[in-house]
Amino acid sequence: MTVEARRDPRSEAGKWHRESRARHFRERAIKIVLAACACVSVLTTFGIVFVLIFETIAFFREVSVVEFLTSTTWSAAFANPQFGIIVLISGTLLTSIIAIAVALPVGLLAAIFLSEYASTRLRRWLKPALEVLAGVPTIVYGYFALTFVTPFLQSTIFPSLTIFNALSAGLVMGVMIIPTIASVSEDAIYAVPRGLREGAYALGATKREVATKIVVPAALSGIVAATILGISRAIGETMIVAVAAGNLAQLTANPQEAVQTMTAFIVQVASGDTPTGSLTFNTIFAVGTTLFIMTLILNIVSYLFVRRFREIYE
Amino acid sequence: MTRSGTGIAQKGGPEQESVFKTSTAVRYALDLVFTILVFVATMIGLVVLAVLLIDIARDGVPRLSWEFLTGFPSISPERSGVYPALLGSLWLLVITAIVSVPLGVGAALYLQEYAPDTWLTRLIEVNVSNLAGVPSIIYGLLGLGIFVNLLGPITGGQSIVSGALTLALLILPVVIIATREALRAIPDSVREGGFALGATRWEVIRGHLLPMALPGALTGTILALSRAIGETAPLIVVGAATYITFVPEGPLSAYSALPIAIYDFVSRPQEAFQIAAAAGIVVLMVVLLLTNSVAIWLRNKYQRRG
Amino acid sequence: MSRGARLSLLLRTFLLALTLALAGCGGRGQEQEGDGQSQIAVEGSSTVLPITQAAAEAFNRQNSDVRITVSGAGTGDGFEAFCNVDTQISDASRPIKDEEADRCEQAGVEYIELAIAQDALTVVVNPRNDFAQNITLDELRTLWEPSAEGQVTTWNQVNLEWPDQQISLYGPGSQSGTFDFFTERVNGKEDESRTDYQASEDDNVLVQGVSGDTSALGYFGFGYFEQNQQRLKALNVDGIAPSVETTQSGEYPLSRPLFIYVNAQDLEEQPELEEFVQFYLENLDQFVEQAQYVPLSPEAAQEAGERFNNRTTGTAPEDALGAEHKGNGK
Repeated sequence: MTVEARRDPRSEAGKWHRESRARHFRERAIKIVLAACACVSVLTTFGIVFVLIFETIAFFREVSVVEFLTSTTWSAAFANPQFGIIVLISGTLLTSIIAIAVALPVGLLAAIFLSEYASTRLRRWLKPALEVLAGVPTIVYGYFALTFVTPFLQSTIFPSLTIFNALSAGLVMGVMIIPTIASVSEDAIYAVPRGLREGAYALGATKREVATKIVVPAALSGIVAATILGISRAIGETMIVAVAAGNLAQLTANPQEAVQTMTAFIVQVASGDTPTGSLTFNTIFAVGTTLFIMTLILNIVSYLFVRRFREIYE
Repeated sequence: MTRSGTGIAQKGGPEQESVFKTSTAVRYALDLVFTILVFVATMIGLVVLAVLLIDIARDGVPRLSWEFLTGFPSISPERSGVYPALLGSLWLLVITAIVSVPLGVGAALYLQEYAPDTWLTRLIEVNVSNLAGVPSIIYGLLGLGIFVNLLGPITGGQSIVSGALTLALLILPVVIIATREALRAIPDSVREGGFALGATRWEVIRGHLLPMALPGALTGTILALSRAIGETAPLIVVGAATYITFVPEGPLSAYSALPIAIYDFVSRPQEAFQIAAAAGIVVLMVVLLLTNSVAIWLRNKYQRRG
Repeated sequence: MSRGARLSLLLRTFLLALTLALAGCGGRGQEQEGDGQSQIAVEGSSTVLPITQAAAEAFNRQNSDVRITVSGAGTGDGFEAFCNVDTQISDASRPIKDEEADRCEQAGVEYIELAIAQDALTVVVNPRNDFAQNITLDELRTLWEPSAEGQVTTWNQVNLEWPDQQISLYGPGSQSGTFDFFTERVNGKEDESRTDYQASEDDNVLVQGVSGDTSALGYFGFGYFEQNQQRLKALNVDGIAPSVETTQSGEYPLSRPLFIYVNAQDLEEQPELEEFVQFYLENLDQFVEQAQYVPLSPEAAQEAGERFNNRTTGTAPEDALGAEHKGNGK
């Protein structure tokens, strides 16, 4: 096809050329629109980081960083405040670890069930049923932990459980996170190409072997993403711990005792009577920044983990 | 081609590394154990859900009535209703979905399909994941500063739009991550086939990738909206009213929301208010189920085994 | 999704953006500055919220065109919005603080402080506690002051007649008005308290805690005790039992005033605001009882009425409950 023929709008080739110009323009326009969408999430990050850092700096003008990081007492909202973030971190870690210890195995196994063992019809209603767990308002979970789970545990396995404790809160939080881990993992597992499974079956593998040794590694990226999402949700959860774990800021590794998490503290101050701009109010941002950094490290670690271990098929 | 070291078939001597144990009985026994495990795991979730729902329904369903749904909150627990809260939540839900779903899917598309694999993109990716863990009340404070105060003249201050935008920012990371993972799961052969036939990137996305990624994106949306509908703390900070004498007339109106009404009922001393709270929760769950069903129906339509 | 669905979604988003832009040119939505929309915005303490809600509900029945919103984000947030001229009335479970008063003054906001009710802080123990009937203010101080932290852990350290058993403490969080009042009244200085107790902003949670723990002692508002009398036991304070009568007469030592603050300028410019506050004060007892608080003594109620009628601005919380009232701080 000659160049002249291509440019002639009346010929077949010319029509293609003209359309291709329009396509090209549309491509660029769409790319810009999508980039703008991505920008919003970037801007949000910057917005949050900016606000956090700005107020945290104001906070550290009055409180020493050393005290913040090393002190083992937290009484920030009282007179003569003490600021030892480790106390709140221990509260968050205690409840979150219990939550993940529940949610990860249960969620992952449930995901495998939904994807590998359940029939399509069963999956169609079972998956949404599990997702309903994610929609129960967290205040309901909080009261459920306080009025049902704690008395139940007190009368059966843990008689020395205090009325506010990290264990009930952690367990119920775990249940809340199950759908996050299960559903997102399940999508990843479901999307693994059938050919892989069939190849393994053809070689004599059992269902379990296919699920654990072939499918899960193939879906690893999605599963890790689901887990990180779940952990983030646990760390950032507020209501359940505020109601059920108590608000006693103490440094402990015993889940039978009450703890205060970083989020419970934030909500206590933000919804209370503190005037904005005061030291107590700025403490919210210092705690928030710590939370942000913690989850950031978690995310970076998981990102590197996935990059290293991900199986890419075809 | 698999890149991993655990090969399925390897030629070699009798001492070759094998993924599979040779004792069949043990394998089948483990299989049985595993099957039971996965079944039990699924049941745990369902059982807890059932216990929760039955507990709430037992208290809440008898309290439900047309008056409850169309009544205004009141100092008397028997007269209290959730009408303004219900409408407020519906308004919030619609606007939040309209804002967050296109934004989230668009952002995921860009990050996964268009953006080059530079350190900047990776940084953005990690940051988006991180946003999912920020406590909702911080989003509330952010929303207060930006949407209520700074953009007050446009959004109407403490209005539905401010609340919805705050919620949209809150759930955006979930939508982005779920969509991105769904896109990642699509084999490159699909993309390459499309390009080989001369399609542009957008044509490949629209014609093939989006439909294939839609189920995963919808899962993310379902989880995200479920969270948004139950959030209390950020809405309180951003100015949702607890008691209101009128229903919202538009996106710029003052408003209340179901979780706030529930939280208010739950913190009153009278027992009758606790029952009203249970009824409010039932209403919330019904709204949630209806919203989810739409997304689930769409998901089922598009889900196809690769 | 199909092309059609995606297009319609984009279209809807675009229309929404357009609407927002147009609305922005149109007006300031719900900003209150006498813009013709008869709306009254109230923010502040969630303790006072039920009273204001009762008043708003009754008022709205007779004046259905007046729109009222009430939020309960906290006394501090309420004052913040109030000094920002975003609200006409501020609910407060404590008097305005100096910094807040300064901010209002800087913003040119003049307010009328009106006491509207009392709340009796009730000290409760588990019903199975059979040894404690009465506690003095001094004993309370021994138990709750900052130096008691980690030291005073058994009942007999508070009162020698009580047994040598562990005591577990429950109370409101340090951000609540109840805490502010209790610490000032008992420990002498606001916010000074031991910190090793189970705290919760939600009094129902505290009820749950005390009723499930035989060694518990806690304090919260009277309404929560009244509604849960089978699960709790109230202690007399300095010999006086908490009740509506003893609180109203001023005998009960732990009663605190609840306030509303009204923007004086808006009062002149918005007739419906004046009508509402008038209505509020005229039927005050009815609303206070509905909300499970204790009405003011007749003298205090009269005082509030006079402040309103004379449009007396500024803060004078000592006068709030009447000069003779015991619960009026030191």
